[in-house]
Amino acid sequence: MIEQTVFYIFSALLLMSAGLMITVRNPVFAALFLILTFFSSSAIWLLLEAEFLAITLVVVYVGAVMVLFMFVVMMLDINLSAMREGFAKYLPIGVLVAILMALSMGLVINAGEFGLVSDSIQRHSADYSNTSELGLALYTNYLYPFEIAGAILLVAIIAAIALTMRSPRSTKTQKPGNQVAVKSTDRLRIVKMKVEKPADDPEEVSKKDSEVTTVVKESP
Amino acid sequence: MIKSTARYIKSLFLLELIKGLRVTGRYLFKKKITVQYPEEKTPQSQRFRGLHALRRYANGEERCIACKLCEAVCPACAITIESEEREDGSRRTTRYDIDLSKCIYCGFCEESCPVDSIVETRIFEYHGEKRSDLLMTKQMLLEVGDQAEEQIAKDRAEEAPYR
Amino acid sequence: MMEWIRSNLIMPSVEQLFPLAMHAYAALTIEVVLKILVILVPVLFTVAYLTYAERKVIGYIQGRIGPNRVGFFGLSFWGLGQPIADAFKLIFKEIIVPSGSNKALFIIAPVLSFAPSIAAWAVIPFGDTLVLADINAGLLYVLALTSLAVYGVIVAGWASNSKYAFLGAMRSVAQIISYEIAMGFALVGVLVAAGSLNLGDIVNAQSGSVIHWFWLPLLPLAVVYFISGVAETNRAPFDVAEGESEIVAGFHVDYGGMAFSVFFMAEYANMIIIAILTSVMFFGGWLSPLQGILPEAVFEVPGIGILLGEGIHWLLIKTSFFLFMFLWLRATFPRYRYDQIMRLGWKIFIPITIVWLVVASVLVVMNIPPWFA
Repeated sequence: MIEQTVFYIFSALLLMSAGLMITVRNPVFAALFLILTFFSSSAIWLLLEAEFLAITLVVVYVGAVMVLFMFVVMMLDINLSAMREGFAKYLPIGVLVAILMALSMGLVINAGEFGLVSDSIQRHSADYSNTSELGLALYTNYLYPFEIAGAILLVAIIAAIALTMRSPRSTKTQKPGNQVAVKSTDRLRIVKMKVEKPADDPEEVSKKDSEVTTVVKESP
Repeated sequence: MIKSTARYIKSLFLLELIKGLRVTGRYLFKKKITVQYPEEKTPQSQRFRGLHALRRYANGEERCIACKLCEAVCPACAITIESEEREDGSRRTTRYDIDLSKCIYCGFCEESCPVDSIVETRIFEYHGEKRSDLLMTKQMLLEVGDQAEEQIAKDRAEEAPYR
Repeated sequence: MMEWIRSNLIMPSVEQLFPLAMHAYAALTIEVVLKILVILVPVLFTVAYLTYAERKVIGYIQGRIGPNRVGFFGLSFWGLGQPIADAFKLIFKEIIVPSGSNKALFIIAPVLSFAPSIAAWAVIPFGDTLVLADINAGLLYVLALTSLAVYGVIVAGWASNSKYAFLGAMRSVAQIISYEIAMGFALVGVLVAAGSLNLGDIVNAQSGSVIHWFWLPLLPLAVVYFISGVAETNRAPFDVAEGESEIVAGFHVDYGGMAFSVFFMAEYANMIIIAILTSVMFFGGWLSPLQGILPEAVFEVPGIGILLGEGIHWLLIKTSFFLFMFLWLRATFPRYRYDQIMRLGWKIFIPITIVWLVVASVLVVMNIPPWFA
């Protein structure tokens, strides 16, 4: 009863925010609605007792990916009228892709399963840990796919770095490592020297032999 | 090699930061030097330059002879003086205004005065709620002088060897 | 299809809406709400008095005495009334929404930053059974919520429509993203050592004595976690997001009154969360440091035994210490330069945590005593 209410609330929120995400004009709002979409879908996953996946969705997508999205989108100055040009031209392709995606999703989720199936889900006791089950599955049955996916991601990271760092950098940025490593003796040389005697000042003669320390500042 | 290793260890174990924390940690327990202002006050110098006052001679005659030196020397043009001849033939001011919102408390008026009439007292806790409250007229300045005469005379006497 | 619609969508009758089971739900709801209040009221009280403690501690370190005027009943009480006076002042101030701003987001931003810092308290274990929601993925939940706090900052910076606010938001985003990785790796180390994501189990895995606590086998991770926590909460010396000498106040320049104070409360609530998590994950939570030193019989003595034995008071003492560390750090170090912050996060903390993850895994796999025997 309560579970169903919660489900309907979050499903409604999910559909609404997903719809708004693609219709709203301001890209920042679109990103924010996408975040709301992720949230509601993670809440629905929680209802399915998939707490690891639900929280990972929040950590990875909401906590990291969407933050970077927001970062970029906020700095954009998008000309909306220019973006709307060619809407009719691309409409057929867009509709085609949408239909294909809907079809494939329908095939994946068997059409016969569209009813609410909360009763058919296997329930576990409270001490059952979803996370460890997932880990066990990943590192036994799916070890090779998992490791290969990891390797592919690593290659992608290295490729991204290699693409952006192609030429030697011409910017004159500071290197904090070198700055931190600097010691006082690198910048400052303390020289001991004798006081020079003024030519005809009898009072200064008494101090003539005392040494003073003079600091010579060297440019870095 | 050894030096750079030592440097790495030094920065890895945050030795410099701990040193800094030790310094501030020590200051946490040191004596506090806050002056709780309205109850406690810091000592003032006898040369303190606060609110202005016009002094009188012991017989009650005002000292100011309207020479206008202070008006001339005032770098902020805060002093306005008008003068007339009194019945007894002496020259006296009819108007002596100091605009405290202009005054920079440099003390030049005090130094220029040949008869020690305009002085700056130790009074500094005064305020005005309107601009006009900060315009001191001759009457007000004389009243300040009458009230603070004892302190002014004492400070003058102490300062006399250095003037 | 019609069957399904009839059974699920058509309005249910009153009996269906309020069956007898609803009373149990209602009782449960009231119980949970009461528990939440028991946790949140002291938290908000601590937030208020943390500001007082901060002003006092920093004052003392700088040779001043801090606030000491506002008290109760005409007496000063070392200025203990100060936070309450501040709260009243902020409540009665007008909230000005800048004309060029995005009003809805401008209002919602403080809420976005405050809500995660409050929600994280749900999984904090205060004692063996003293926890609001004893969920298995507690550690992940905490990590998710700390990463959400950045949205308040981003949205505030963007909605204010001001350059300073925007700059502050940008800095804050880059910084939080960078330090979250190190923080996450440190938490993975804890997960490896404890073998559980449940915060209560993590504390129980540390029982034994002071050297059994994870701070010793995971020392680099503990240090990295705490420093990343300081960065994550935008506290000095990592407060470039506010940077009052460069960008006025960063993301909350345009906020005033209660809207500002909600940001302020979020910052301090986050500090408390970081402090309590550090003590839970690395310093044995509610466990007593005297455990394993004194003979077991001492803990059986009525009165003293409760004080010396494990309990919520140890957790509070440890948390207070880490909160003091926050203030101590702020009073000691000057603000980091932006590129130094990035270097520290990416080039130092992440490698250290990865290396120590390997070390910790080896320790666990080899069953190295005394921690993982």
